[in-house]
Amino acid sequence: MRTQSPPIDPPSDDKRWRIVNATMRRHGYMPRALIETLNSVQQAFGYLDEDALRYVSAALHVPLSKTYGVATFYHFFTLKPGGAHTCVICLGTACYIKGSADILQALSDHFDVKPGQTTADKRLSLMTARCIGSCGLAPAGVMDSVVIPRLTAAEAIAKVEELVKDGHG
Amino acid sequence: MDMDELENIAAHEQAREAQYAHRVRVCVATGCLSVGAEAVQEALEHHATPKGKHHCLVMGVGCMGLCGNGPLVSVDPAGVMYEKVTPDDAPDIIDSLGAKPVARLQCDTNAPFFTRQVKIVNENSGIIDPEHIESYIAHGGYSALVKALTEMPPHDVITQVMDSGLRGRGGAGYPTGLKWSTVAKTPNTIKYVVCNGDEGDPGAFMDRNVMESDPHRVLEGMAIAAYAVGASYGYVYVRAEYPLAVARINKAIRQAEKMGLLGNNIFGTSFNFNVEVRLGAGAFVCGEETALMASIEGKRGTPRPRPPYPAESGLWGYPTLINNVETFANIPPIIRNGATWFASIGVGRSKGTKVFALSGKINNIGLIEVPMGISLRDIIYDIGGGIPDGRAFKAVQTGGPSGGCIPAEHLDVPVDYESLKALSSVMGSGGMIVMDDTSSMVDVARFFMEFCMSESCGKCIPCRVGTVQMYHLLSKFSNHQATQRDLDTLERLCDMVKYTSLCGLGQSAPNAVVSTLRFFREEYQERMIESEVAHG
Amino acid sequence: MAKTFKIDGMDVSAADDQTILQVARERGIFIPTLCFLEGLSFVGACRLCIVEIEGNPTPVAACATYPQEGMEVYTNTERLQGYRRLILEMLFAEGNHVCAVCVVNGHCELQWLAEKLGMTYNTLDYLNRPKQVDASHYRFAVDHNRCVLCTRCVRVCDEIEGAHIWDVMGRGIDCKVITELNQPWGESVNCTSCGKCINVCPTGALFKKSKAVAEMEKDTHFLRYFSTIRAGGD
Ligand SMILES: Cc1cc2nc3c(=O)[nH]c(=O)nc-3n(C[C@H](O)[C@H](O)[C@H](O)COP(=O)(O)O)c2cc1C
Ligand code: SF4
Ligand code: SF4
Ligand code: FES
Ligand code: FES
Repeated sequence: MRTQSPPIDPPSDDKRWRIVNATMRRHGYMPRALIETLNSVQQAFGYLDEDALRYVSAALHVPLSKTYGVATFYHFFTLKPGGAHTCVICLGTACYIKGSADILQALSDHFDVKPGQTTADKRLSLMTARCIGSCGLAPAGVMDSVVIPRLTAAEAIAKVEELVKDGHG
Repeated sequence: MDMDELENIAAHEQAREAQYAHRVRVCVATGCLSVGAEAVQEALEHHATPKGKHHCLVMGVGCMGLCGNGPLVSVDPAGVMYEKVTPDDAPDIIDSLGAKPVARLQCDTNAPFFTRQVKIVNENSGIIDPEHIESYIAHGGYSALVKALTEMPPHDVITQVMDSGLRGRGGAGYPTGLKWSTVAKTPNTIKYVVCNGDEGDPGAFMDRNVMESDPHRVLEGMAIAAYAVGASYGYVYVRAEYPLAVARINKAIRQAEKMGLLGNNIFGTSFNFNVEVRLGAGAFVCGEETALMASIEGKRGTPRPRPPYPAESGLWGYPTLINNVETFANIPPIIRNGATWFASIGVGRSKGTKVFALSGKINNIGLIEVPMGISLRDIIYDIGGGIPDGRAFKAVQTGGPSGGCIPAEHLDVPVDYESLKALSSVMGSGGMIVMDDTSSMVDVARFFMEFCMSESCGKCIPCRVGTVQMYHLLSKFSNHQATQRDLDTLERLCDMVKYTSLCGLGQSAPNAVVSTLRFFREEYQERMIESEVAHG
Repeated sequence: MAKTFKIDGMDVSAADDQTILQVARERGIFIPTLCFLEGLSFVGACRLCIVEIEGNPTPVAACATYPQEGMEVYTNTERLQGYRRLILEMLFAEGNHVCAVCVVNGHCELQWLAEKLGMTYNTLDYLNRPKQVDASHYRFAVDHNRCVLCTRCVRVCDEIEGAHIWDVMGRGIDCKVITELNQPWGESVNCTSCGKCINVCPTGALFKKSKAVAEMEKDTHFLRYFSTIRAGGD
């Protein structure tokens, strides 16, 4: 067993580090808690920046390159902050058979952003998923965590226009 | 906690539900939630309240199967089911209780979609409230665990599972009893039980449904397994993309711990079993058992050569039993009803039922559970209601990225492990995607290759580079630029990647190409440069 | 307890901790390897050492498989030769190996294997994915175009030097060996500059900056002292 308190201080006094520390404490600061800890950073902050990776590495005694290797292996982790809004298009089999690739292409062309990336104005991240479990409603997408069933390209563009237009975020 | 207490809880819960004249169940699994089931549930509750205290109980329950027509609502004891319900329909539904059902919303529960299913794994799905352990107990939950712990020595449990003929539902179909006995026989004081809930097959959602609709069943199955093999610690590995399943499993663990159904000295015996959830983080390959264990250990999820199998050397080198969610979900009924009962369902070496996620170009989209041995034709035309828009059936894809496409001439094949394998496909975890005559099989093969390419862990050369090479070749076919030499290279690569890759991902990556080349070769030839075809 | 089995029809015996590869080498039977290096843990990743076992449709990696009593192993069937050549073709198509300008030209394991296994031309299309060269370290450099992702550098740095500067990032075709947080090697504060990674690298991906074309030879004698050491888990 390792020490029960983090050997170093978090990168900032942001309160969200408490959630991350709680995760590490629950696992006794064992190196094996790496993925659980990165998950909690990702959920608390929305992405993993260099400070976070360094902090987690030091607190769990995991070599830096190993942490980076893990962070880039799992697609759930992102190293850069996303856009203000997110549109996820499902490319799972059921959705693909029903034309989701065309919808994605239409969105990508219309908003001038490659899948997996964020627009230059940081307003929209266009993402893809491998089945969001709504195959019954294919083709499906998720816009700012709301599932939109039975999409068409025109509808998807209209919905995203609406998302990015509003003043929030 | 003992058998009496468990029965008391069950009786108490049954009495509580029986107090109500009517029970209205709303599906609150992911499919229906995404089309507004939560608002429907609230509206129903809102309209039910004024009707008096014991008039009607509105329950949130798990998946009822017909996901394509959600939100679904069922009414008991009237035995009717409503589809595509909106909050505005709530008053009509509540007012109709005890009178004539709301005809405009009714869906035909005498249709083959419902009558031809046989439910074991999903027996509680759509019936019990997954967030209440009492609801599970009232339907016989945890009685199999008590029975195992108090009446059966571990080897009897293993014998039952062996005699039942249950085979792994995660894809490969390895006999479950045999795997359990290997772990049981490996001497070690520390052993683990792992539930594989990674479900990476895109277009499949059977395991998610079990975890969302009946999470305690998975825990009970795991606990019985742990008792049988001598483990006292378990992990449920669930993908982070399934937040509802994660939440419900976590809640179920806490409820079971509180009642003493998990934890130390379960049912007053010396048996301890503690379970934790581990999140997958978006890597299909982590469904492969050695990659999954690496992931639980906090590492990159890359597979390692087997042997040693997890049964001998698994998590942190200890003997580890890994089974799929659906495999564990079959265990409680087998212990409750006996191996003979289970073995009487199914055919040949494929016993029991299989859950499939039916989707694509088919009328009834959703989750079905059918006895092994049923024909693909019965599934597609009878249960699935055929192909929409008057189009023709072309192929059905089973087994996801590791599977293949089965054409019309083989629709009468029985669904069992061996028959599907003979058709260059696999049973897989249960994705079943129907394609009509508008689908190009070359594009489908390319789609699956793209999937394997981007999910390859990159450790071994045949899969890392081979999938990219095959993807480029398939793109040439898609763009009508392929030559005979490309076709030869593609076939050479299929063989080589299949037989030299380190893990199942690479070994099965060529399957979609192999099966489409076998049954739809002309589609490849049509996409070759004209002159080439003439020569080839 | 010794096990007896057959390699290419020859009766051989193996101690419990011996892999098929080790037994074959003891008997002077050649099995090509790339990711394997005596003294480091094995990963079974390159698949060049695959051998056929009678009755088993799928070949296995000799470096990662322990023989079983009565097994009949074949190390050099026509089928295996074809697979191995295709593996090499894949590597040449994936990277960018221009031997004529390489510091290890003539001392490269990949080049040697291609000659030995008779890979004379490539039937696959080149992927054309130019990669970086990092020359920020004061003595060493890494040319990712020549990396075959064997992870020998990762293992030697972790298992022998105990520094774990190297690891693999990304996945699939985007995999890449990295130093620390994917930073320039020269910025690594934990690198001891011991040069072990340079010496175990089978190609010219890792090299000493002072060497000119075809001048650099690899020296792995230090591994002999460590060959009994096996890395454990975490
Ligand atoms: C690439 C790959 C992905 C897999 N994904 C899953 C999965 O998502 N769920 C699963 O239960 N098994 C999956 N498996 C199979 C597991 O390795 C393992 O065989 C299974 O969990 C054993 O459980 P069972 O015997 O109950 O089927 C996968 C295998 C491979 C090669
Ligand atoms: S077959 Fe693919 S996924 Fe499996 S180890 Fe090799 S590269 Fe990784
Ligand atoms: S740099 Fe050299 S030793 Fe390291 S993985 Fe690449 S080829 Fe192997
Ligand atoms: S394939 Fe898109 S939700 Fe399942
Ligand atoms: S040497 Fe055996 S797999 Fe590389």
